[in-house]
Amino acid sequence: MTLRGAVAIIGAAESTDLGKIPDKSALELHVDAALNALADCGLTPADVDGVASAGEMPVDVADYLGIVPEYLDGTNVGGSSYMLHVRHAMAAISAGLCETVLVTHGESGRSRIGMVPWAPAPQSLMAQLEVPHGPVGAPSLFPIGVRRYMAEYGMTREQLAMVPVVQRQWAAMNPRAKLRDPITVDDVLSSPVIADPVHLLHCCLVTDGGGALVLTSAERARAMDLSTPPVYVLGAGESSESSVVSGLESLTSSRAIRIGGQRAFEQAGLRHDEVDHLMIYDAFAHVPIYGLEDLGFVGRGEAPAFIADGNTAPGGRLPLNTNGGGLAYTHTGMYGMFAIQEGVRQVRGTAPAQVAGVDISVVTGVGGMFMSSGTLVLGSPATV
Amino acid sequence: MKPVPSPTPDTQEWFDRIDAGSLTVPRCRACASYFLYPRSVCPRCGARSVELVEAAGTGTLMSFVVNHRGPSGFDPPYVLAVVRLAEGPHLTGTLVTDQPALVEVDAPVRVAFEQRGDRRVVCFELEDERG
Repeated sequence: MTLRGAVAIIGAAESTDLGKIPDKSALELHVDAALNALADCGLTPADVDGVASAGEMPVDVADYLGIVPEYLDGTNVGGSSYMLHVRHAMAAISAGLCETVLVTHGESGRSRIGMVPWAPAPQSLMAQLEVPHGPVGAPSLFPIGVRRYMAEYGMTREQLAMVPVVQRQWAAMNPRAKLRDPITVDDVLSSPVIADPVHLLHCCLVTDGGGALVLTSAERARAMDLSTPPVYVLGAGESSESSVVSGLESLTSSRAIRIGGQRAFEQAGLRHDEVDHLMIYDAFAHVPIYGLEDLGFVGRGEAPAFIADGNTAPGGRLPLNTNGGGLAYTHTGMYGMFAIQEGVRQVRGTAPAQVAGVDISVVTGVGGMFMSSGTLVLGSPATV
Repeated sequence: MKPVPSPTPDTQEWFDRIDAGSLTVPRCRACASYFLYPRSVCPRCGARSVELVEAAGTGTLMSFVVNHRGPSGFDPPYVLAVVRLAEGPHLTGTLVTDQPALVEVDAPVRVAFEQRGDRRVVCFELEDERG
């Protein structure tokens, strides 16, 4: 049985507001986005029989909305969790375990309303092996391999700075993006140094927001009276590695992205030159560089020049992070949901910075510091 | 004071040995592979029999950042590094140097220890800065 195109995203929406939302708890942001996504496909909570979420428990999302679930997925592997939720929902719906799955994200990353304070548990691997050495959270640990990447492949500081520069070009076209003013390489390199070679403008935003998806079988999606065409899940893959950076197989490549991407491409029967649009989780500027290579779009060491030469910019042949990404659009903490939302919008043809003729969008999420990854291949009705 | 690790039963002996001034690397008694972080099971073959072997105490700087902000007790700028030990596995630690701007990937390093109260924490020094 092939699952290619067996399940579709019929509802997709973000929270009503993004950015600074001091009047909503994290759970309310899940719920706000959920209701928006359900309205997007003309459904109500009573139509949902499966709930998946990370951050807040699917138990609480279901109960808050009065949903009586028969399928729960609380997979929480960081920012890529939502890619995994979609993949698991694909299997569950196809196997007949449930019919309509609601996937939700909500995080009060900036205002910290109703959020458990973030700190690694005192006896976690991170607390034992990393915290004693003085990391400053993700900005110190996530990009720790960048120096090695620069030494091995000759990436320049200017090339790394081009990642936020290009994404700001996309953000400029997106009214919901937090940072829309154009920036230059000089702006990036003269922004405060956080963890050299990482400057402030290489780092993602910290915002409040939410997002939700509604999935059902392709068969049911086709029978529904939807205002926008279903977005089919053509392929999906997931994998994980170490939650501490010293445990990663490589500091210049992500095994989890490679495996998750490979599985997604295989399932979709996809060639790289068929991809119209790409989203790669960008908590920090180097992540899309690793992602382009680990997904196989370019060869090892080629991504910095590929981006600097404009291939991923507006008008380029592989539009990447077209909402502005975590660097410029929004980043609540577990950004993956927003990458999926933009992939859905591009396939639907409803994105603020719409790329012409998107039939296939590939969306890759990353969790922790490359500890997990999930990739989705999303397709228009023309692809099934 | 800077933080010290709170071991779990499967990491206790490794940290105890560090407190005593000795870095060890776990090795599987069945397949002889070295690994880190310390754990009670070999991640290569699944054997439950693991021994702690005294590390050579040398390694190579795999990569690093120079932190320009630091938690309480740390004095920026300082080098946070991932080192490949001579035995193979990687370990995170600070690289003690007065000249973080001159540090380069692949530099040979040596294991050192920083005293924190009655505990010790592993750190690294550049081979060619050792007097």
